Parts: sequence; structure tokens; C-alpha cells
Amino acid sequence: MLKKYFDYENNYEKLQDKIKELKKLSEQLDYNLDGEIEKLERQMENIRHSKYRNLSPWEKVLLSRHPERPVVREYIDFLLDDFIEFHGDRLYGDDKAVIAGVGSFEGHALTVLAHQKGKGTNEKIAHHFGMPHPEGYRKVERLLLQSEKFKRPVLNLIDTPGAFPGVGAEERGQASSIARVLMTLSDLKVPVISIVTGEGGSGGALALGVCDRLFMLANSVFSVISAEACASIIFKETEKTQEMAAALKLTAQDLFELGIADGIIPEPVGGAHLDFDATALNIAECIRKNLQELTTVDMNRLLTERYNKIRSIGQYTESISNF
Amino acid sequence: MFENVLGKKKYIPLTPSSKADPSALSGNQKTCPVCIRLKSGQQSFAAERVCPACKYHFPMSAWERIDHLTDPQSFEELDKDLVSINILDFPGYDEKLKAAAKNSGLKEAIICGKAMIGGYQTILAVMDSSFMMGSMGSVVGEKVCRAAEKAMELRIPLIIITASGGARMQEGMISLMQMAKTSAVLKKFHQSGLLYISILTNPTTGGVSASFASLADIIIAEPGALVGFTGPRVIAQTMGQKLPAGFQCSEFLLEHGQADLIAERSELKHILQCILKLYQGGSHA
Ligand SMILES: [Zn+2]
Repeated sequence: MLKKYFDYENNYEKLQDKIKELKKLSEQLDYNLDGEIEKLERQMENIRHSKYRNLSPWEKVLLSRHPERPVVREYIDFLLDDFIEFHGDRLYGDDKAVIAGVGSFEGHALTVLAHQKGKGTNEKIAHHFGMPHPEGYRKVERLLLQSEKFKRPVLNLIDTPGAFPGVGAEERGQASSIARVLMTLSDLKVPVISIVTGEGGSGGALALGVCDRLFMLANSVFSVISAEACASIIFKETEKTQEMAAALKLTAQDLFELGIADGIIPEPVGGAHLDFDATALNIAECIRKNLQELTTVDMNRLLTERYNKIRSIGQYTESISNF
Repeated sequence: MFENVLGKKKYIPLTPSSKADPSALSGNQKTCPVCIRLKSGQQSFAAERVCPACKYHFPMSAWERIDHLTDPQSFEELDKDLVSINILDFPGYDEKLKAAAKNSGLKEAIICGKAMIGGYQTILAVMDSSFMMGSMGSVVGEKVCRAAEKAMELRIPLIIITASGGARMQEGMISLMQMAKTSAVLKKFHQSGLLYISILTNPTTGGVSASFASLADIIIAEPGALVGFTGPRVIAQTMGQKLPAGFQCSEFLLEHGQADLIAERSELKHILQCILKLYQGGSHA
């Protein structure tokens, strides 16, 4: 039996095995156990639903990083026809942590820019666990400008622990490569939709998160810092990780309430990995609806609204009496 | 004069250990950690906080920098009453803000204002790492944006002196979004044809380095400042990588094409004055 990520997944699997056993037994003995089986199945569904409804922020972090969670390449293959991947920043190299390309979404050409984490150890290493180097961000910038030239809407898919922490990345200007993408996206003259499919880690994720509409899968997270790092900086201990996951307000639901995410894309019970097609169809519906709305908006209005949304983020007071 | 502008001056190399740990430097420090000599009695050390023996640049408060760079009595502070609130009810943030205000004597990690530099009108924003490591939350982001907007309104150049450990985690994603916000405003700023100079001081990392600090027309770094996106300790820990000597200090930045020039504190005002003159007051459009 495959080792599951969560305890509740193990319990669930045990129940499932028991049901299978009962079914077999009922056949062998030619004895009707339908009532018992039905009861167990109902019980199982209840466990699943109630557990799933009450996931803690930390459990959502774990779910967003689940080893079986679909990666962006799978969504790209499902959502787009004739997808062609384009490589390289024309300056230094090609970053495997970023997939960039053009494909057809239900007959409309889209530029897709996405963090690719990879699945399984070898693939993960090849894609640097989805952590881009400067050349990745420069590839993004290059294709953003090309999108503008060809008036092609942009779809960003976010799934990264953050920008790559390494000597080479710093030597080649990690900070400025991210900053330039943020600036370019703020005024890019085509509609931009961003979707967090898994983990949105810090500035390395935000580079693909400046957009007209930001959506998050129901079990995705987006955070200024990982809960683990936050706990170790503030408390010098990792036991506070779960507490920090809650304090950082990093879940899709938190960020929707804060007005940072514009919508939540539902996932099947138990998470995206349990029903890929259902998840991908939900994403498709979201893209279809929003693309239709955004492409009919006048470009000046689109840019003004994008700007105003970004410009208005932040809360503070301006009274002298505080001090 | 041009020798200075082109950065041809020789700097005495600093040992990496002295630069890598900005938290070890306090504002009252009088012993130079590089040459371990007491120099507090000397004039240049007191005024510019630079060790006369080895040119080590001590941390400088925002107000010291303002006094140092601007023409006498020319600084008019803007948006001085903006203060942070605990948006997310983050544990311990209220106390941290109070302690930071008490210890630094500041309301936030940045001071903005209108100032004359060598006879030129500018908007000057100066960060101070003694307020919560100069981290960027809503207030820092908002004040940077307002500074840029004021400069656009008055059609004068913008100068920002950075000193920051990055985004302020106690404000969660709202902090992170300040990177997008400041970058968006700077896009408008550049479109308006005005000059933006950023001056990177120790330390400038994380969300600040990956947003407004890197988006200037001219990027100047102070000698020996730690500048980068990911901090050196995190890189060393997560990658198990031994870091090259002088990694992420200003000289490394210059060598790798990430800054226009390095300016010693003693020549900074003069260099700014030269640039403002060459760029015709920085409002050519
Ligand atoms: Zn010295």
C-alpha cells in the first residue's frame, strides 16, 4: 500500500479495503451484506467530507505540496490544444523551472507562463523544484512582451516554493529579474489571468501574480514566507509552524476575504490529486468565463482597473494621535 | 570629478565576515569591526560614520542620511503620520511595532520628504533598518508610492535610499503585494520621463531588492553593503553551498553588472549633484 501523506488518507484507505473485503466475502458466501456495505460506504463519505471541510491552514499547505498533486504541465496538456513550448531568455540559458509557450484554449491563442515543479525525484531535480533562476524570469518577460505585440492574452499558473536560492541566481540578478517582471505585468496591454494551482511562495511566485484577475485552487496557498521559515525566524523553533500557517493568512479562503484573490476554484473532495479531470474542468470553466469578460473590456479601462487594484492594496492609519 | 563618477576610486577590500552580518552592527558602535580601532573622536567618523582607516561604512540612521545629503533646512517631511496597524492580528506584531518605534524613534522604516540636493529639487525617501530591519509592510509600500507620485506631480527626480531585510511577514500577503504596488507606480513614473536614482545600503535584500530598489534609472551602492534577493545564510543552508568570498557585497554587485557604480559616503552628495546636473534636474520630458 502506498504510504499516504495524511493520517486521514490512511484511515480512509483502511475503510476502503474493509469494504472490498466485505464485498468479496459476500460473493464467496453468497450472503447478502449490501446493508452493511452501504453503511460503511456512507460512513466513509462522511469522514471524507467532514475532514475535508475542516482542513487547517497547515493541512492546506501540505495538500498544496502533496507529492501526487497535479503539476502545471498536466493542466497545460489538458487545457490547451497545440501547445508549443518556447525556450530561453536569449541572454544566458533556458530555465526548466518555468514553462513558457503558446497554445489554443478552446480556439483562442493564449500565452502560458507557469512554474513547473515536476513529479518524482528525477523530474523535480530537472525542474529545480519549480524554483526559477533569473533566466526563467527573463524568459517570462520576453514572452510577455511578445504577447503584447501579438495582442494575445496571458495565463499564468503559479506553483513554486519561491525563487531559486543559489549563488548563480544572485550573480545573474535574481532581484532585478523579478522586479522587471512585476513592472512589465503591471502595464501589459493584454488581459492577464493568474491561477495559483499549488504553492505560491513569496516574490518568486508573485512575479507571475500581477494580473487582472487572480484565482486560487481551493487547496492552494500563497504566502509572503513559508510557515516553517516564519516560525523559525520569529520563535526560533519549528513547533510553531502550524500556528504561523494560520497567522500568515495564506489559504485561498483567507486571501479571497482579504481581497487579494478574486475567486476560488473548487477542488474535488480530498484534493485535486484525487480527481484530476474534475479539477482541470473547473479551471477551464474559470478561464473561459474570465477570458470572455476581460477580452471585451476596453484596454484603457482594463489597465486602469488593474492598476487601481494593485495600488490600493495595504492598510494603515494616518492619524497623529497614535503616537 | 569624473574619476569619482566613473567609480575609479580604489577601495580597501573588506573581509566578508564584517559585511555579512548587518544585525551585528548597532547604531552606537564606535569600534570599527574591520580594523578594531577606536576612532570615535575623529571628525569624519562622527559626521559620516565611515572608518577613516579602512573606509568601513557604519550603519547610518535615516535622519543622519538626510542631514548628510540635503541642503541645510531644505527637507520637508511628507506623509509623516502614516503608521502601521496589525491587519492580520498577527501574534506579537503590535508589541514589535511599539518596541521598534521606541528603539528607533521613528514611526516606520522609511522617511520621505521634499529636499534640495546641491541646489536641485528632489523627492527623497530614506529607509532605516533600525525599525524592524527596514521591512516593507503597507506603510513602507504606500510611502514609496506616494513619494513617486509627489515627484510626478512636481516633476522632480526621485531618490530612494534603501535598507531592508525584505517584506514584513507580519502583514502576510499584503506585504508581498507592496512589491507589485511599488513596481506598478514606478512604471508610471518612468513613463512620465522623470529620473529615479536608487541608493542601496546595507542591507538591501528580499522584497525591496526585487521591487523598487532594482527599478531605478541609476543604481548606486554604498561600499561593502549586503545586497541580493535571497540572504546569504539561507543560500548556504538550503543549498549546502559554500559562498564565494565577498558574495553579495556591493563590489560583487558591480562586478556582476547589477549596479551602475559604488559611491563612498564622502562623495555621494557630489555624485548626486553631478548626475542631477547632467540630467538637467532630472525632469527631462
Ligand atoms: Zn576600520
